[in-house]
Amino acid sequence: MSNIPNNLKYSKEHEWVRLEGDLAYVGITDYAQDTLGEIVYVELPPVGESYASGEEVANVESVKAASAIYNPISGTVAEVNEELDGSPDLINEDSYANYLYILNDFNADELENLLDAEGYAEYIATLD
Amino acid sequence: MKSYIPHTVADRQRMLAAIGVASLDELFAPIPEKYLLKDELPLPLGVAEEEVFQRLKKLAALNQQKISFLGMGSYDRIVPAAVQSIASLPAFVTAYTPYQAEMSQGLLQAIFEYQSMICELTGMDVSNASLYDGFTAATEAASIMLSSRRKSDTILVSQTLHPFTLEVLKTWALGTNVKIEVVKERGRRLCVEDVEPYLHGQVAGLIVQSPNRYGIVEDYTSLAQMLHTNACQLTISSDPLALVLQKSQGEWGADIAIGDTQPLGLVNAFGGPSCGYIAVRKDLMRKIPGRVVGQTLDIRGNRGFVLTLQAREPHIKRERATSNICSNQALAALTTAAYIALVGEAGLKEVATQSYDKAHYLAGKLRGLSGISLEEESPFWCEFPLIFETPQTLERALKALSEAGIWGGVRLGKISGKAEDESTLIVAVSEKRTKEDLDLYSTTLQEALK
Amino acid sequence: MSQKLLIELSKEGRRGYRFPLSDVPSAPTLPESVRREVAPRLPEVAELDVVRHYSNLARHSFGVDYGAYPLGSCTMKYNPKLHNYVAALEGFTNIHPLQDEESVQGALEVIFNTTKALSQITGMAWGSLHPLAGAHGEYVGLKIIKAYHAKRGEEGRHKVIVPVSAHGTNPASASLNGYSIVEVATDKRGLVDVEALKGLLDESVAAIMLTNPNTLGLFEEEIGEIASLVHDCGALLYYDGANLNAILGMARPGDMGFDVVHLNLHKTFATPHGGGGPGSGPVLVTETLKPFLPIPDVIKSATGYRWQWESGSSIGRVSGFWGNFLVYLKAYAYILTMGSDGLKAVAQHAVLNANYMLAALSDYFKVPYQKRCMHEFVLSLQDYKEKWGVSANDFAKALQDYDYHPPTVYFPLIVSEALMFEPTETESVETLDGIIEALINLGKLAQSESARLKEAPLKRSVRRLDEVKAAKEPILKWQN
Repeated sequence: MSNIPNNLKYSKEHEWVRLEGDLAYVGITDYAQDTLGEIVYVELPPVGESYASGEEVANVESVKAASAIYNPISGTVAEVNEELDGSPDLINEDSYANYLYILNDFNADELENLLDAEGYAEYIATLD
Repeated sequence: MKSYIPHTVADRQRMLAAIGVASLDELFAPIPEKYLLKDELPLPLGVAEEEVFQRLKKLAALNQQKISFLGMGSYDRIVPAAVQSIASLPAFVTAYTPYQAEMSQGLLQAIFEYQSMICELTGMDVSNASLYDGFTAATEAASIMLSSRRKSDTILVSQTLHPFTLEVLKTWALGTNVKIEVVKERGRRLCVEDVEPYLHGQVAGLIVQSPNRYGIVEDYTSLAQMLHTNACQLTISSDPLALVLQKSQGEWGADIAIGDTQPLGLVNAFGGPSCGYIAVRKDLMRKIPGRVVGQTLDIRGNRGFVLTLQAREPHIKRERATSNICSNQALAALTTAAYIALVGEAGLKEVATQSYDKAHYLAGKLRGLSGISLEEESPFWCEFPLIFETPQTLERALKALSEAGIWGGVRLGKISGKAEDESTLIVAVSEKRTKEDLDLYSTTLQEALK
Repeated sequence: MSQKLLIELSKEGRRGYRFPLSDVPSAPTLPESVRREVAPRLPEVAELDVVRHYSNLARHSFGVDYGAYPLGSCTMKYNPKLHNYVAALEGFTNIHPLQDEESVQGALEVIFNTTKALSQITGMAWGSLHPLAGAHGEYVGLKIIKAYHAKRGEEGRHKVIVPVSAHGTNPASASLNGYSIVEVATDKRGLVDVEALKGLLDESVAAIMLTNPNTLGLFEEEIGEIASLVHDCGALLYYDGANLNAILGMARPGDMGFDVVHLNLHKTFATPHGGGGPGSGPVLVTETLKPFLPIPDVIKSATGYRWQWESGSSIGRVSGFWGNFLVYLKAYAYILTMGSDGLKAVAQHAVLNANYMLAALSDYFKVPYQKRCMHEFVLSLQDYKEKWGVSANDFAKALQDYDYHPPTVYFPLIVSEALMFEPTETESVETLDGIIEALINLGKLAQSESARLKEAPLKRSVRRLDEVKAAKEPILKWQN
């Protein structure tokens, strides 16, 4: 049973977004980390680069395969989670506490295009 | 009797009964009637092994073998007996891809060793388990370069690449938004000074080849530096045997090294199979396409090998792959590794040096013959261009050489499709050619040009 | 037990091979600016060292010659030894790809005849032997489709449909050609959901990629209707030939309405897998798509076999020379050996063998879809995972200890804890009984002593390997 916190927004590509003031935290969902298996490497974007929504922004690798991460809302990368460098499997432990990167200067309107917790739960039910 | 099918009449009956059907036809019931073939396939009936062998022997005999000076991507070199023997070991030949690592340690180790040897030869950090051939390797290199620079869509290529490599790249770019731009040659070489004007914000990188299509060894001094300053990458394609004498891709500062290992232990065989190699700098490790063998430990702490760094084929969504290659040329890569192991660095140096000396000996004898000219300005390894006055004299020369039992060289015009190349012959000299062969070549040519 | 690496066997000054001495003078070396600076450090070993090394590595590998290899979708049938002899004939190995046509008539005849035979077997008009592997064939096939639509001014067709059960190379090959992928669902029978498909078809679709039988080993019975629907909306049908072994001589993709077919000669046509390659992935097409095939083609003229370079609509060159010649040469030998009657027997016995195994195993393991199959079938070990914590992976590892190569695991993705078996027609009923017995034993062990499976394999050269470590801390070459 996938963990899907209520206070987040979700993309169909299994990313989540959490707003904290001017910043948007982005990570991957519990469903995603479970499907990937143990994560062995994370490739994060350079700080300062801007990405449109839907643009490939990062890569998460498990033993099974490498998976592209698509930026859920347009914005500029303010910070990346450097802890993932030595311990990428933190994402498996808790994929919501361990974000991938933080956006500032993001397009808040695009949040409407994302799913809420219920919508995401319905969506992943169709996948299985 | 049907070859290779062991079932007896009794076997079939027993099996059908166990399944619960009366006949084999019942098992094909899911196929709609209209698709089931009413007649046999329009092919002859099966025959005995001996009959097939005799028939194919006859076909083989229709192919002529002569003393070969043909090159341009495939070379007539000595293949040691031990290498052929190793390449025939059934445990390797009849094995599948070693996904079940514990029962495939031998094969995995062999490929790990191949990867290590390619890194040594190229001076690069990481090699994969091989690609289809040296030509398609260029498309893989282009993919890596494009994925390394945001918003890039252009690949620069030297005009001196093998013409077939250029064609393969063009086909690969067809139907995508990738642009291929050609950096013009000067004096049959790529000149580093000429590259900068081609650079712009959408260029991901440059692909060059040395020795190039003319056999000329190119000088890439300052090239990598200049490209890197402009946020571009450098791919160098090289005959792996040339790498013992000429600067390796690593020494030139390249990001990606590609080529074909056919000259290292693989027969000509009308061009296939050969074996492409690709090796990259450390920081491109996770972008390398295809299969990679890695070293690890088992639960008892013993060294073992596994396929690792799975191809970039997204697991959750399966599109957006940068490569669709899911295989390698395993047996060919193993054969190459066995060749390198057997002959060693000393042997590679011997082969490369003999090829060099013999090519220069022949060029020396041909220089001065009236009716032809040679490339004088640039250094070459074991291939060089022979320029005739007209395409007709070239044909006359080839005919005379053929009658003397020699394949004189490759008509560059036929390969490049360019009118200006129609009087150029590319002559390749391998360690297999003797002084006698070389003298015969030059005296025959001299006669023909009179 | 660990084999030493070649670099660990190396001894300075040891030579392994003697070349003939040079009989020409030394030429002045390359200019310093282009000369190699640091010599590569490669192993220095004797010939016997090399031979022993690889012979011992061979002892720790596993081929079809050693035991059954029922890998689903791989068609690991016996590789006839005749092929090795044919592929060693000097008239085939000692010819250069760029020799004049007149001097390679035998080779050109092989190309022509093989292309012709494969066209007849698949019911297609003509093809190309250039693609160097199955995935390469898929890539080329899709490029042909793209060029076809572009020529008709229909570049707007940007989607390719694949079933959710498709092999990963299908969408990858499509996306490499710039297509976006749309998945069509599988219905309760395990077949393409035709109603769902109807909803997906419009003028933005370029093609649908199917394999038939599909990856569950089931024949797409509604292929006729699927073909009509797809063609009616102006799209094309692509056939992934991975499962051709099930219908050889019985039915042909061309007759079912497929426009483009790729084959895997290293599967259906018995050429050796070589540990992962070289293979060969010919592409075959309908008359309409012939002009788009890669160049060059081989034609039969009054004066012999000739290269055909002219083709205005061709997608161009897809590989260096003319494909993996020695590989399709073996496939040609296979076609000659089997003939029309033999190829049909191949399909009949492949399907017989698979159904025999399925019938025996369905009493012990869950069969997700139908009780009958074509040449391969899928079992789900979901129950074992839930009740005893034993996964499909554990079963596979345990099967290694019985000297069988395990079946395909975790594919297709739509079946959880999947094991896919394809015994092929070259396995005897005794071998099948052995595999069945082993699996039934393992099923019992999973319930009583699951640790035995979880710790397997116990009898190979290494125990279970740490794949996470390999991916996290990659060591991809030896340390010098």
